[in-house]
Parts: sequence; structure tokens; C-alpha cells
Amino acid sequence: MAGIKLDTLTKSYGDTEVLHHIDAAINDGEFVVIVGPSGCGKSTLLRMVAGLESVTSGDVYIGDKRVNDLEPADRDIAMVFQNYALYPHMSVRQNMAYGLKIRKLPKDEIDRRVREAADILEIGQYLDRKPRQLSGGQRQRVAMGRAIVRDPQVFLFDEPLSNLDAKLRVQMRLEIRKLQKRLGVTSIFVTHDQVEAMTLGDRLMVLNAGYVEQFGTPIELYERPASVFVAGFIGSPAMNFIPCNASGTSLTMPNGIGLDTRQTATGKVLLGVRPEHLTPDATGHFKMTIEMLEHLGGVTLLHGILDGTDIQIVASLEGITQHQIGEVLTLSAPTEKLHLFDEATEKRIGD
Amino acid sequence: MLKRVHFPASYLPYLLVAPQVIITVIFFIWPASQAVYQSFLIEDAFGLSTEFVWFENFEYLWGDSHYRSAFGRTLFFSAAVAFLSMSFALILAGFADRIVRGATAYRTLLIWPYAVAPVLAGALFLFMFNPTIGIFPYVLDMIGYDWNHYLNGSQAMFLVILAAAWKQVAYNFLFYLAAMQSIPKSITEAAAIDGAGPIRRFATIIFPLISPTTFFLLVINATYAFFETFGIIHAVTQGGPANSTTTLVYKVFNDGFVGLDLGGSAAQSVILMILVIGMTVIQFRFIEKRVQY
Ligand SMILES: Nc1ncnc2c1ncn2[C@@H]1O[C@H](COP(=O)(O)OP(=O)(O)OP(=O)(O)O)[C@@H](O)[C@H]1O
Ligand SMILES: [Mg+2]
Repeated sequence: MAGIKLDTLTKSYGDTEVLHHIDAAINDGEFVVIVGPSGCGKSTLLRMVAGLESVTSGDVYIGDKRVNDLEPADRDIAMVFQNYALYPHMSVRQNMAYGLKIRKLPKDEIDRRVREAADILEIGQYLDRKPRQLSGGQRQRVAMGRAIVRDPQVFLFDEPLSNLDAKLRVQMRLEIRKLQKRLGVTSIFVTHDQVEAMTLGDRLMVLNAGYVEQFGTPIELYERPASVFVAGFIGSPAMNFIPCNASGTSLTMPNGIGLDTRQTATGKVLLGVRPEHLTPDATGHFKMTIEMLEHLGGVTLLHGILDGTDIQIVASLEGITQHQIGEVLTLSAPTEKLHLFDEATEKRIGD
Repeated sequence: MLKRVHFPASYLPYLLVAPQVIITVIFFIWPASQAVYQSFLIEDAFGLSTEFVWFENFEYLWGDSHYRSAFGRTLFFSAAVAFLSMSFALILAGFADRIVRGATAYRTLLIWPYAVAPVLAGALFLFMFNPTIGIFPYVLDMIGYDWNHYLNGSQAMFLVILAAAWKQVAYNFLFYLAAMQSIPKSITEAAAIDGAGPIRRFATIIFPLISPTTFFLLVINATYAFFETFGIIHAVTQGGPANSTTTLVYKVFNDGFVGLDLGGSAAQSVILMILVIGMTVIQFRFIEKRVQY
């Protein structure tokens, strides 16, 4: 077993730098999710750990070993690809045994491991089928099986669930999580789906345009987002942002209404409030005109405009509410749930 | 309901396919039928009298040991050409698949031999292997090997195989390269992570996955070696020495135009025609179906 360390890791294609000075330490047995929008460099980062992409500068360590110059085969890793990358001309059994045969394990040991992995993943009855005779979910399992029979130090997943339908995705997500906990293998999982990231990861690395925005537990990211990007990316529906003028601990919203904060700031700031932290309150500071309602059963989403501005506001209220379109509603949020960001740097202000 | 578009009956479609039909009739159907007709005739050496003999020409070929040995020789020649050109193309494609920089230039250069006319390809090899002025016999002489394909039948055979294979490498290369590039990158990456080195990846992943292409090329190359190598053989050895490079196609020409046995030669070409039809059928069958993994 081993942790992973990334030390000022940089990647450039020609003159364009796509990953900038990534520093991270991943503990032994930890499940880390790399999350970010398309094109932010998630796959590139993962592939550098795998050894499929060369390192421009900086170092990758697996365990105590610097692996920059090691072939993928020598890094003791296993990877699950987005398109599964099963060998189409081999049966499920041969697919899973391929890596073990190359490592010259005895035949009965190979059989035992394949059997065991197939039992865990419940693909025992498909062992003699070819990949094209399997459904997407089954292929996904075979790809997982191929990874776990190897008993590697590190699992790498590159969006392995994105080709599955919504329901299967949720199911496989739980299974991957359980499997990883059971095997205790250090894992890096790439996704652009924030819900997937929140539910899977012990810690999340939020990547944006090649920069690490924040690296922390899902709770930390939710409660104390380090930047406007993270605040908007984590949580659904996304956080509301209201540009304000700050002076000390008091804010003035564009419509002239003021409110007090815990944080101290001056100048232009962004006030962030999560929709689920807004509640109807006649004494509140946020007055909105409802434009649209979404009844999701458990919660009702109110979409509206902040009075006296053209700022869109979303509030998420518990249960099914009786509000009407066109109604003006006053809402409030607890002071400790208000986030403040510098408008210029988009970084968090205060703790 | 789907509505079908109906065009009024018109001469236009017939007019448009007419040139192709005319060419096919004049250059293919007419000569072919003439050959079939000819193969039933025996003509005396001076062309003064002909006699309709039904299958006598074929019966004669059946019993002719020269013809049978030409058949065997052609099989060997085809197998050797196909094997040599395909394996060489496979190796080149394997390397070309790995290079990133300058790939286009590399590919363009490799396709050139295909554009060389067979006779020119033959001439090229003729010069390179000329026993008195050629570069290869000179080099071989230095290591004590005596090269003279004008006298040595095996050497002559080797030379025509080499020339014929060389010309076909480019074609095979293109197909192999295209096949390799259609294999998803992640599959070879997965194999690399599984611990397979480049050679093993090639042998256990890439080669099996391009087997449909291999089969396709096998048929194409066999057809090529059987029927399209006349120019090369004619330029390099004229079928000699002592018929050691006389393949079936060359024998048709030799017996007909040199030996003036028009009936026998026509019978041979009818047999070739049947062979080529057979191979085409196989080719279509399997290209349609593809080889299943
Ligand atoms: N071979 C390459 N040459 C040049 N640029 C590349 C290359 N591969 C990736 N890039 C660039 O690097 C950036 C990161 O790509 P990467 O594939 O890591 O994104 P990603 O975060 O995995 O996106 P997605 O969620 O769409 O998979 C992109 O802007 C991409 O255009
Ligand atoms: Mg990606």
C-alpha cells in the first residue's frame, strides 16, 4: 500500500501549459476525487500519475518512490478507462487474466484471483463471454475486475461511470465506494460530476483551468469554499452570488439594503448564499419576486429576482410550498451561512 | 407512411451508364468470350486451319507436367510474395503507428513504390541485381556468394519475388496503418499498464485486432501475385532460366505469343479467369462479413 505525492507538477503541450504547479499529498488508502469542468486537465493529471503522459516538470511519487521515469507497467497501478478499454478479442476471463499472465503468476493463482474478483463483482457467469456480448454496466464491472485482480498499490479511474445511465451510475458509484473501502487501495477518481465527487471522495481536488482551486473533504468544500469557482461548482442548485459593497462588517447590496456579516472586508465583494440556507422570514434582507417554481417533491425551488436589481436568486425550501409566481417573498439566511469573496481575486474572505 | 419519389421513365439512366457498359463489353466481356471460344479450338502453327475440339485443350493441360509444375510454382510465388510484402508492411506500419512527428512525410514516402509501374519496378531490380554491373551481386561477391540469376533458377525466383513484394509493400502498409490507427488508444494503454511491453502488445493485442485486415490483404496479395506480376517477370527474367520463373500468367503469354499455341493458351487463360472469379467471390464474401474476433 502506498500514498501518492505530487510535487509542483506541471504539464505543457508545446507552449501551452495545461497544468500549473500541482501540489498534493494523497494518503495511503485514501479515495481522492479530481473534479472540474471539461478541459480543466483532470485526465491529463491522472495520466501523468499512470505514466501514460510525460511529466514536463515536478515529481510524482508513489509510496516513497519517484516514478517520473518509470513505465506504467512498473508503477504498480491499475486504471479503469472511460470507454473501459477491454480487449475485444479476449473473453472476460482472458481480459482479467492478461496482466497476471504477463507477471507470470502460477495458473492456479490466476484462476483463484479471477474467480475471486468475479465473485466480488458478480460477473461469474459471464467469464467466457466476449466484451461485445456484455451490457455497458457489465463491461464496467469487467474493467473493474481487471483492475482489482492485479492487486495494485493504486487505482486510477478516468470517468468510469459517464457512459452508464443515471440509475446504474448511482448503483456503480456505491459499489465502487464499498469496494475501495473493502480493499483499502489508494484511489484517484476523475469526474466532472460534482454529485459523484461529493459522494465518492474522502477528499476532493477541485481543478479549474489547470489550477487546484481547493483540496479538501466534501464537507470543507461545501462549508468553506475557497473561491467563487468552488462555491459555484459544489452544491446543487448552485450558490447565489450578490455583488456588494463592504465596509467593516456591514454590506450594502445593489438595491441599497444593508446587512451585517461576521467577516470584515472593504470594497467590492461577492456575497454567497446557498439556496438551501434561505428561509422565508418577514424580517429578512433578501426580497425576491418569484418568477418560476420547481416542485421536486422533497424540496421546492423558487427562482426569482432580487428586488430592485436584476440578480437571479434561487431559494430551496423544504416540502411543497404554496407560493405563487409573481409573489414577492422576503427571505433570510443565518449570518454564519453567509460566504464572502473578494470580487477581484474571487478568493474567500474570512474563515 | 413513407412516400416514395417516382421519377418518370427516361433514357437518362441508361445513357449515363452506357459508357461504362460499352467499355466493359469491349474490353472485358468480348475478349473473355473470345478466349473461351478460342480455348475450344486447335489451330495449326501457321494459322491456316482451325478445328473445333471441345475440351481437348483442357484435357491436354491436365496431363501436362509443365503446366502442373507452373501451377505449383505460382502458388509458391504467390505465397512468398504475400508473406514477404505483408510482413514487411506490418513491421513498417508498427513503427509508423508509434511515431508522432513527421508522420505524414513518412507515410507519403512509403506509398511511392506503389505508384511505380510494374515494368519499371522490374527494371529497377534488374539493374540492382545485374550480375555484371549491379550493386548487390558486387556486394555478394565480396562475401563470396556468386549471383547470377540468368543461370540460377532459384536466384531468379528470389529476384522476382523480391521485386513483386517490394512493389506491394506500400499498399499493404497503408491498410495496416489504417487498421492500427483505428484501434482505440486506450486499449494499448490498458495493455501497457497491465505490464505488456511494445512487442508483446503488438503480438497479443494489435496483431489479433487487425486480423480482418490481414485476411483481406492476403486475398488481395494472392490475387496480385497471381495475375498482376506479368510486367515484373517479363522485365526481369522472361520466365527463365529454364521456365524457373514461369508463372501461370506468364505461361499464357509464352505459350500463346511465343509458342503460338493459341488454343492451349486460351484454355490456360480461361482457367485463370475461373480462378480470379473465385478469388473475387471469396474477397467479397469476407470483406462484407469481416472476420469476427
Ligand atoms: N495531446 C494534446 N495536445 C495538446 N493539448 C492537449 C492534449 N491533450 C489534452 N490537451 C489539452 O489539455 C487540456 C486538458 O485536457 P484533459 O483531457 O486533461 O481535460 P479533462 O479535464 O480530462 O476534460 P474532460 O472532462 O473533457 O475529459 C485541454 O485543454 C486539452 O485541450
Ligand atoms: Mg478527461
